[in-house]
Amino acid sequence: MATARFAVLVEVHLREGIADPQGATIERALPALGLGGVSGVRAGKAFRFEVMATDDADALAQATVVADRLLANPVIEESSVTVLATGRAA
Amino acid sequence: MAPHVGVVMFPGTNCEHDAVLAIRRLGGSADLVWHGDTSVNGYDALILPGGFAHGDYLRPGAIARFSPVMEAVARFAAAAGPVVGICNGFQVLTEAGLLPGALQKNRGLRFVCATMTVRVESSDSVLTAGVPVGTELRIPINHFEGNYTCDTRTLAALRDEDRVVLRYVGNPNGSIDDIAGVCNRQRNVVGLMPHPERASDPLLGSVDGSTLLRALVASAGTSMASPAVATVA
Repeated sequence: MATARFAVLVEVHLREGIADPQGATIERALPALGLGGVSGVRAGKAFRFEVMATDDADALAQATVVADRLLANPVIEESSVTVLATGRAA
Repeated sequence: MAPHVGVVMFPGTNCEHDAVLAIRRLGGSADLVWHGDTSVNGYDALILPGGFAHGDYLRPGAIARFSPVMEAVARFAAAAGPVVGICNGFQVLTEAGLLPGALQKNRGLRFVCATMTVRVESSDSVLTAGVPVGTELRIPINHFEGNYTCDTRTLAALRDEDRVVLRYVGNPNGSIDDIAGVCNRQRNVVGLMPHPERASDPLLGSVDGSTLLRALVASAGTSMASPAVATVA
């Protein structure tokens, strides 16, 4: 089956209920910018990479393995995977 | 022959020589094991020391888990060999799935470097065998990600199965249930954030860490791990 290069984005953030001191610290700094109305700040990480895949679903499946097995620690983190761009011929 | 302890060194590990020296001064023999090694045959116990394995990139321990030596460490642990992870070594063991839970950033986002009082909560582990429950030890901690956490079911299991090995007296980092160290179900794999090797000489301000390391050397002396691993591998 023909494969092509798919750009993907994996975002990792702490699970609900896990204290996020980095997000909380950022949030506490915002009133200094005059932005006292911003709340619910959660800090996380974003990873972009490319995978060789047959289609969007295949790219999503491969990137999900990377997210679940390496990029996120499931004890404290959750991840979301997005296929950004489809199908540059390799 | 003196029990032979392997001290596993990853790129970025920085407490390996302290651990080797502490073990030797307690009558054990000790050598470094490189993270690229695929065998730990011949050792009676293993220490994963502190530091910043693989630069702590991604998460502490996240990359170290993939070092070739970790498969050998897992086999050694499965064969009942004593394995102790100190600080970064504890983080590696949780990432490798050899111990439950995870170590997240300290409460208050502070790096903490302080000598703490820790209490022995179980005498049934390779690091605390023969050390009475309730024994209080003065041992330094030195970490940013030492805030132990796990889900409620895991915490209940740790308590019910007497697997919380050490607790802080005065919680320095937000760890759930004041946990400073835990062991696996078989009690031969222990992880702790405090550094016993840094409390192993009067010049360091405390010799209380020797109490734990002496127990490890004794456990290594009675361990059947090496022959078992040799036949498995």
